[in-house]
Amino acid sequence: MKHTKRPMPAVLPELKMAENKNVNQPDENRPSGPFGPPLSPYGRLRRFSGLLTSLIALIPLAILTIINYHQDTDAYRAENRYAISRILSNTKRTLEFVLEERRSALSFILSEKTYEKLNTNEGLASTLQNLKNSFGGFVDLGIIDSGGIQRSYVGPYNLAGINYRDQGWFEEVILRGVHVSDVFMGYRNFPHFVMAFKKEKPGGDFYVLRATLDMELLTRLIYNLELDRRTDAFIINQNGIIQTPSVFFGGVLERARFEVPPFMMDREVIDERLEEGQWLTTGYAYISESPYILMVMKRLDRPFWHWVDHRADLLWFLGISAALILVVVFYSTTYMVNRLKESDLKRARVFHNAEYTNKMATIGRMAAGVAHEINNPLAIINEKAGLLKDMAEHTPEYPQKDKTLIQINSILKSVERCSNVTHRLLGFSRRMEVQKENINLADLLKEVMGFQTSEIMHRNIIVESSFAPDLPSLESDRGQLQQVFLNIFNNALAAIPNGGRIEITAASINSGEIAVTVTDNGVGIPEKDLKHIFEPFFSTKGEFGTGLGLSITQDIVQKLGGRITVNSTVGTGTSFIVTLPLKTRG
Amino acid sequence: MSRFRVLIIDDEEELATTLVERLAYRDIEAVYALDGISALAKVVARPYDVVVLDLKLPGISGEVVLHRIKAQFPHLPVIMITGHGTPHGHEAEKPEGAFDIVAKPIGLDALIEKMEAAVKKHE
Repeated sequence: MKHTKRPMPAVLPELKMAENKNVNQPDENRPSGPFGPPLSPYGRLRRFSGLLTSLIALIPLAILTIINYHQDTDAYRAENRYAISRILSNTKRTLEFVLEERRSALSFILSEKTYEKLNTNEGLASTLQNLKNSFGGFVDLGIIDSGGIQRSYVGPYNLAGINYRDQGWFEEVILRGVHVSDVFMGYRNFPHFVMAFKKEKPGGDFYVLRATLDMELLTRLIYNLELDRRTDAFIINQNGIIQTPSVFFGGVLERARFEVPPFMMDREVIDERLEEGQWLTTGYAYISESPYILMVMKRLDRPFWHWVDHRADLLWFLGISAALILVVVFYSTTYMVNRLKESDLKRARVFHNAEYTNKMATIGRMAAGVAHEINNPLAIINEKAGLLKDMAEHTPEYPQKDKTLIQINSILKSVERCSNVTHRLLGFSRRMEVQKENINLADLLKEVMGFQTSEIMHRNIIVESSFAPDLPSLESDRGQLQQVFLNIFNNALAAIPNGGRIEITAASINSGEIAVTVTDNGVGIPEKDLKHIFEPFFSTKGEFGTGLGLSITQDIVQKLGGRITVNSTVGTGTSFIVTLPLKTRG
Repeated sequence: MSRFRVLIIDDEEELATTLVERLAYRDIEAVYALDGISALAKVVARPYDVVVLDLKLPGISGEVVLHRIKAQFPHLPVIMITGHGTPHGHEAEKPEGAFDIVAKPIGLDALIEKMEAAVKKHE
């Protein structure tokens, strides 16, 4: 709280300036609040310290949140990579095993059975039956001679005698001895693939054993993985044609909308990329001894929403903490700034009061001294003139008696005027001595107005006073009351033009109190200022006012057990009503 | 035959002598003293109906003079005058034992009224 240590004079002008500006003209250069109204220095302080405290409290929270977000997102992605890697390796192993099993079975048949045994419908049928029983997936079997003609065939279709010589796979079998095909529809019109093996016959000729397998065999393997809806596993061939149905890319034999991944022997590759703000994790593995590539893909939730879903507890905690911090910062800042403002105002008021009291004490002492010194010669003048009057009156044939008496009366009147002035000065000097006494309020008001006689005369101001004849005397502090009414009269005089009017009334009211009303026909006070006029440092007199007059007036009236209210209409005038108890408490 | 006798004690000789003269016009016999000591001597020497005493005197103060007079003549009324008074304030300055107090400049008629009241009360 550096501000509380600031020396007084630094505070006062700043406050005064700010408040006065507020009243006189809106200052374009003043910083304004978020919703328009200009901020006082305290408003700025409140905003600044509130902002700073909030930032200091919230920034670490925000940083921790961001760190948590990244950790969580990284963990989420790692988890997904691991899941894909597991699916890939398991499925690859299974697929390779299934294919290898069937390849071995067919190789075994070729090594065990002679061409002659196989190349009969009965022999082939029993072999197919055995294969179906032992392994499953086999649809048909055929024996093709070296000329490409299917010599015997068992299966659901009538394919015996077909010539395969010009087909690519037949050439590959001749060259490499074995062939596993892509998936195709072929004559059979359902997705299937082919395994073919070449077998040398004694004498240099050869034949080919060709088996058709239902792709359902592989599709079921993948189906059995029971993947969630965000995960897709399927097989493509090396031309990018889909071999088993894909959730993301369509049905069998459609072209996949991505590039065929490069060949990697015995290795799984996992790749992540952002696709329309969504992470897509892709893994693939080449299935050995086949044209197949196993693809596993997983679309991740948008990382942010996954985090929001996943860490709802943390987010609730964060939200509540942040709200709590802001509320506490708001209230503590407001409280502190208000306390600071109060203490500044209090000090300013004490300072002003001390200065005022000091000034008044000095003036009072001087006034008392001067009045006393003048009263003595004044008394002599008074008595000498009185004596002259006595002589003139008591001496018959006094030369120019009438004229002399006129002159003497004029001297006596002047003495009376002088003595009024000295008595007033002495009375004023007494205001410093705080004491309660019985006061005739009408006399006090006349006395206070007496201080303004010359201004009232020079400005042709009409002062009308009406005091209730039965006005009771009240027990109060004369000096303090003088100050109250002096302030109110000064304000009234400042508000009216030359030739204006001030009305003063004093009367008992129902509550057993006395109400003094001072009404002027001056410029009046705008409604927006009216509620501020008793606030310290509020002034409508610009740099000429301290803004403390009415604040101090209100203080005094309240201290004396009374209250002060104001009514005003712009253009019509202002009334101050001071209500005083007959007896001051305490 | 004067109505009553008054002793005026004030260090301002001009004021005291003038008052004496003016009171004479009104059939009041007045004697003046300019300080406390001569005043006390005078008050012992002859009887007075009333004393008018300035609060501020050189040497012995008006208040001390009042107390001495009162000690010797408890029934002699003393009216104080003060250059410090105001229409409202001088009551507070009236020392104990004084009959009344008036502020300077003195209104002679008012002073005479008070003197008459004092004399009447102590007859």
